[in-house]
Parts: sequence; structure tokens; C-alpha cells
Amino acid sequence: MKMIPASDISQAVAAMCITANRELPADVQAAFERCHAAEDSPAAKEIFRQLLENAALARETGLPLCQDCGLGVFFVEVGEDVKIEGGSLRQAINDGMVKGYKDGYLRKSTCDPFSRKNVGDNSPAVIHFDIVPGDTLKICMMAKGGGSENMSRVTMLAPAQGWEGIKEFVVHRVAEAGPNPCPPTIIGVGIGGNFELAAINSKKALMRTLDDRHPDPAIAKLEDELLEAINQLGIGPMGLGGKTTSLAVKIKVAPCHLASLPLAVNVQCHSARHKEVVF
Amino acid sequence: MAEYHLTTPLSDADVEQLKPGDVVFVSGHIYTARDAAHKRLVEALDAGESLPFDLKGALVYYVGPSPAPPGRPIGAAGPTTSYRMDSYAPRLHSLGLKGSIGKGKRNDAVKAALTQYKAVYLGATGGAGALLSQRITDAKVIAYEDLGPEAIRELTVKDFPLLVINDCHGGELYVQPNLG
Repeated sequence: MKMIPASDISQAVAAMCITANRELPADVQAAFERCHAAEDSPAAKEIFRQLLENAALARETGLPLCQDCGLGVFFVEVGEDVKIEGGSLRQAINDGMVKGYKDGYLRKSTCDPFSRKNVGDNSPAVIHFDIVPGDTLKICMMAKGGGSENMSRVTMLAPAQGWEGIKEFVVHRVAEAGPNPCPPTIIGVGIGGNFELAAINSKKALMRTLDDRHPDPAIAKLEDELLEAINQLGIGPMGLGGKTTSLAVKIKVAPCHLASLPLAVNVQCHSARHKEVVF
Repeated sequence: MAEYHLTTPLSDADVEQLKPGDVVFVSGHIYTARDAAHKRLVEALDAGESLPFDLKGALVYYVGPSPAPPGRPIGAAGPTTSYRMDSYAPRLHSLGLKGSIGKGKRNDAVKAALTQYKAVYLGATGGAGALLSQRITDAKVIAYEDLGPEAIRELTVKDFPLLVINDCHGGELYVQPNLG
């Protein structure tokens, strides 16, 4: 049995919330540099130039990359042989997030859905737990902004619609979202499972790095096919036209009911702010 | 595509010369307002109350900034998605609002209001909050402080970099997606 103090978890989560919001992930930075060189349109090039300058400034000044520091979303893999000392795991993660958003001068964006009154400390964290074998605790954090989340959708297709139906829905979703979610986006696609699992999988898929190839070559090929179709839309960075509407498509598949073909599209903004820590 | 340096408040002539794709550097005062603040502005109008700032010639920035760290006037301050303010914008334009700053598409009612009242919709780069923050020299909350990041702030900006998305002549910069 591995013992992990709750206070260590809170501390790590606080630090992760701050760095996720201030530091553009290395894979995204590399993609911006590549796209800046590849775009022909001056407007598209200028957006990538600004985003690279923004990343440098955030690192230098400690300001967050974006004023929307997002909801704190966590995917947590808890080893069966892990025991948390001195508090509960959920509380430790929430406390860490609250501390990180306070200490890092990050925007608090949770509110009551009816009164719209700001909760004030960005709580509650949105936490998804998975119990796994072993004695490791892995916490993945995503700072998920509202603009891109608002463009996301879940649908229940008929099995007869198959891959063509999936492709049409995803591409049309990105087309309709247009400039709204801060393109170039990253598109997480959950295929199969059920209503809620498809949605969760579409977000989990966004935790992969941009250059991570899906281990199943058949799925990797579908990701390529979707990305190509999306980039043919020509929406471009911030909707100004160009070659890069999305940086990547990431698919996560699960078995589904005989009657169903659940599909979720989780749209992520260009900065893809996420981090992970392993105990 | 032209480049303009404009100072608020904006006049009809300032707005009429602008075309989609033009680059505009704005200086002077602009006012932050997003979802909850717009709701209150319109409720104030319904109640016959005066607004916390003069709409005549004003520019509203759809933004909820992150908190100002010590030594800075404001935190990151990039645009939020504008369509959520579409249901409020035409009324504000009818009362003199000369423009809004945000990101993303506007609906037909807003585009019609831009034409009717000679106003402009300007885009700032989404997700460039740290960069845009550098052009804000002062920020003070002037209304609805309880809304936190959604409070109305008067920002003092110097050469705030914007792109004309929708002009007052029916023109639009955003490309239509190519669905084949």
C-alpha cells in the first residue's frame, strides 16, 4: 500500500493549475511554429505570430495565456494500492485547484447556472475518477475554457449512419463553430460507449499530445481523414481563412449498445492547456 | 487593407471609413462588459435608469479579465465569444454605441444594427490575453463590482490592436466554410 499525503496532492495540483495556464505546451508551441511557416495568408501568419508572442509574454510576465483560465477539469487514475493520508482525494484536488487559481491570479469562472453569481474560487473542480490496478496515482488537469466548450456537442447517431455519419457530423460541427472556439482547434471525438461515456471519452482524447499517434493504425487513419476534411473547410486561424482550422483530431472509441452509435465532439482551443502529475 | 489609429469616442466618420480586414489601433477609454453586465445594462434601460457610462461613441469590449497581479493594471484580457451578446447589442447600438470588440460570428440582427446605426464589430485575437494586456495602461471598475470578472471596467488603452470583422456597410471578414 502506498501512502500519499493529501497535502502533497493539493500542493502538486495548485502548481499544475498555475503552469497549465501560463506555459504553452511544448507540442503546441512546435505546432504554432510549423503552422506559422506553412501558412501563405498574411492574416493567418499574423495570428500564429501573435500566439507565439503571447506564449513568450505569459512565460516572461507570469500572466495566464488567456483570461479564461477555464474550469479545472481532472482525470484521475487511482491505483487500488494507493491510500490518501490526512484527507480525501476529492477534497485534496479541489483545495489544490482553489489555491492555484488564487495564488496564480487566475480567473475564477464558476457560477450558479440560474443567478449567474460567481462562486468566487473556481470550485468545484470537475473530477473524473478511474480505479486502476497498481500503486500509482496519476492526475491529469485541463484548464477548459467556455468558448470552445460551448461549441461541443453530443449526438446519438443510428448505427446505419456509420463512419460517414460520424465524419459528416464532426466536420459540420467544426464548420458551424467557425471562428467562435479560437481556431486552430483540437478536436476530441468520443465514438461509442453511451451518452455520457462518449462525452467523457471525447475530452479524455484531448489529453493526448498533438504528435501522439493512436496505437490502433485503423483509428489513426480515421483521425488523419477527419483532420484533412476539417482543414479543407478553410476557416483558418481565428476564422480569417487559411490552411490550419484544426491542429489535430483525437479519437477515443468504446463498445456501444446494439441500437446506438453515440458520438461526442469536444472542441478545444488552440492553446490546449493541460498538465499531469504522477505519484 | 488599410491601417487606422482611432481615439475614442468614435464618430460616424471614424466608423464609415472602415472596411473588413482593416487594422485598427484604438486608444482612449473602452468599457468591458460581457454576459451578466449586458443583462444588467438592459435591465437598467428597462427601468429607465441611466447607464454607468455614456454610450455615445463608445466601444464595448467583451472581456472578463483575469485578476491583476501586483504591479499591473490588469491580468490577461483577450476577447470572449461575441454571439452571447447578440440579443443585447442592437439596443445598445440604437442608443449610440459605436462598436464592440470580441471574437466570433454575429447574427443578422447585429449586422443590421451596424448598418442602421453606423457602428462596427472589431475582432481581437482570441487566446492572446497576455499579449493584449500589454496595451492596457489602466483599469478601474465603474459598475457591478459584485460580478467579479464580469464587472464593468473602464480601460485605458494605447494602440489596442484590432481587425474590422463587420463594417457598417454590410461587409464581413470571416470566411464561409468550404463544405464542398
